[in-house]
Amino acid sequence: MNLLRLLASRLAQALLLVVAVVVLNFALVHAAPGDPVETIAGASGGMSEELKAELRQSYGLDKPLPVQLGVYLSRVARLDLGYSYFFNLPVVDLIGERIPATLLLVLSSVICAFVAGTGIGVLAARKPNGWLSQTITVLSLVGFAAPVFWTGMLLVILFASVLPIFPVAEMRSIDGSDKGLAGVLDVLWHLVLPTFTLSLVYLAHYSRLARASMLEVLGSDFIRTARAKGLADRVVLYKHALRNAILPVVTVLGLQFGNVLAGAILVETVFNWPGLGRLAFESVLRRDYPTILGVLLLSAVVVLVMNLLTDLCYRLVDPRIQKR
Amino acid sequence: MSAVPLSKSAPAAAPVLPVPAAPSPLAEAARMFARNPAAVAGLVLLLAIVLVALIGPLVYAVDPFEIRAAPLTPPLAEDAWLGTDYLGRDVAISLLYGGRATLLVGAVAALLSVAIGITIGALSGYYGGRVDAALSRVTEFFQVLPALLFAMVVVTLFSPSLLTVTLSIGLVSWPGTARLARAEFMKVRDMEFVRAERSIGARDARIIWKVILPNCIAPLVVSATLAIGSAILFEAGLSFLGLGDPNLMSWGMMIGSSRQYVLSSWWAVAIPGAAIFLTVLAVSLIGDGLNDALNPKLRER
Repeated sequence: MNLLRLLASRLAQALLLVVAVVVLNFALVHAAPGDPVETIAGASGGMSEELKAELRQSYGLDKPLPVQLGVYLSRVARLDLGYSYFFNLPVVDLIGERIPATLLLVLSSVICAFVAGTGIGVLAARKPNGWLSQTITVLSLVGFAAPVFWTGMLLVILFASVLPIFPVAEMRSIDGSDKGLAGVLDVLWHLVLPTFTLSLVYLAHYSRLARASMLEVLGSDFIRTARAKGLADRVVLYKHALRNAILPVVTVLGLQFGNVLAGAILVETVFNWPGLGRLAFESVLRRDYPTILGVLLLSAVVVLVMNLLTDLCYRLVDPRIQKR
Repeated sequence: MSAVPLSKSAPAAAPVLPVPAAPSPLAEAARMFARNPAAVAGLVLLLAIVLVALIGPLVYAVDPFEIRAAPLTPPLAEDAWLGTDYLGRDVAISLLYGGRATLLVGAVAALLSVAIGITIGALSGYYGGRVDAALSRVTEFFQVLPALLFAMVVVTLFSPSLLTVTLSIGLVSWPGTARLARAEFMKVRDMEFVRAERSIGARDARIIWKVILPNCIAPLVVSATLAIGSAILFEAGLSFLGLGDPNLMSWGMMIGSSRQYVLSSWWAVAIPGAAIFLTVLAVSLIGDGLNDALNPKLRER
């Protein structure tokens, strides 16, 4: 009951933020130098007069700005994000085509980074000055400092010439065994390097976070109590401590989703992964404004959805929150 | 108050002893920093990189976009000791010139983002209530907006130049600093010395900038250092995607333009990337060192 009400208010907030992004898009189109019609069509000159007139009419560009905003908002509300004259497709279809690839990459990276990161962090917390702890410190420095597109390309160099066991580009093999289990395995095989690249950054970060938070929890009274009761070390560590230590990691994970998406844009460009990021890259190169604005809006929606999901996960891990 | 040790009786008259002057906190922090080899190494590395980027192009004044040797010459060749890219541009010269754009954009954008972040966080944390609610919404909005994509849109719409790139990075990367500043201000704003200041009639502006800010500067300095690292990476990412200033060589641009030729000229990708890596590494080593030096609570770790 309470949860439902909370969810509703969260959704309302999220909706407001989405509207704000749409308004921002509208403002950007109008603030950009040049004729808004050309921006909307994503063409720089060379448009036919008929098309111009048609667009002007359908976007109400001859009316005052507030009316134009209204028209724009109602179009977006009907999932009409405009038409990409470069790809010759409605932007919504274009984006819909690319979403699954990006979600696959982002989710697999986040899950890998989360599982491996907390795992390493928890192991390291058992020996705060052991070699694993030292490794984590170094790894988190390296993980932050190495540009994700650079590590990706170093992997491309390595796996394309020296050690050709993983494919370094695209999502599927060209010979097209895309049906059934073979197709799934083929995609997973192509997923290895992009996921590894993207998760490396966050793996280092999460392991450092998990280690610090685990050390903090292990010093608290209820752990001493659990130990005093004579519980097995394993139970104390994984049942009592881990559940509490994982909370800060979940929080950061939720907050960082926008960053992961940014990383995905770069990684997709490196590995030619056919997702939203590569679409954004291609449309930027072609000055295809409707597409890039659509990708921006949709990415904001993805981040919002992920934030909501993190919040729900947080509630699952930490039942105390529901009481508030 | 902490427990007073049980002494028998206080001495009737305490002997007057010369009290050694307490070292200033800043000097103390500098000493801590100097004793941290990793931090010092980071500082030396960063200074070296900045010096080379500043002086190098002056000493060796050429056009980095010029073709200087056969395309795809591997490193250690006589006419290009770090090799050339697919167009025959010298990697060593590009590296020398590319540092300027990368460092300049990184520093200015980080400054901008820290300035915005501290201002918004300070107002939000100090005033609380409706101001906080409104500013937090704005912060949330910028946190939801995928920063890199937004910068890509802005830079494409307003055509890439040093100014648009710097502004767009600064405008999207402040929410982290703002959240930190907000939390710090909330923690400090009701402390006694702040109330004392208020009771003698100090104005809000004075309390915010002169009284509270110096007391929460330590974590903000650390976060500002990290912001420089992030801004450098951000700039590199944008130029990698071909959205840097097209007339200025930068490390990210070198990697991006050689992307298609990576298998025939790995050096044109690996070397500028290593430069970015070392720069950001130096900055974060300094940040870690500052964190240890400015935060005495962490010293035992």
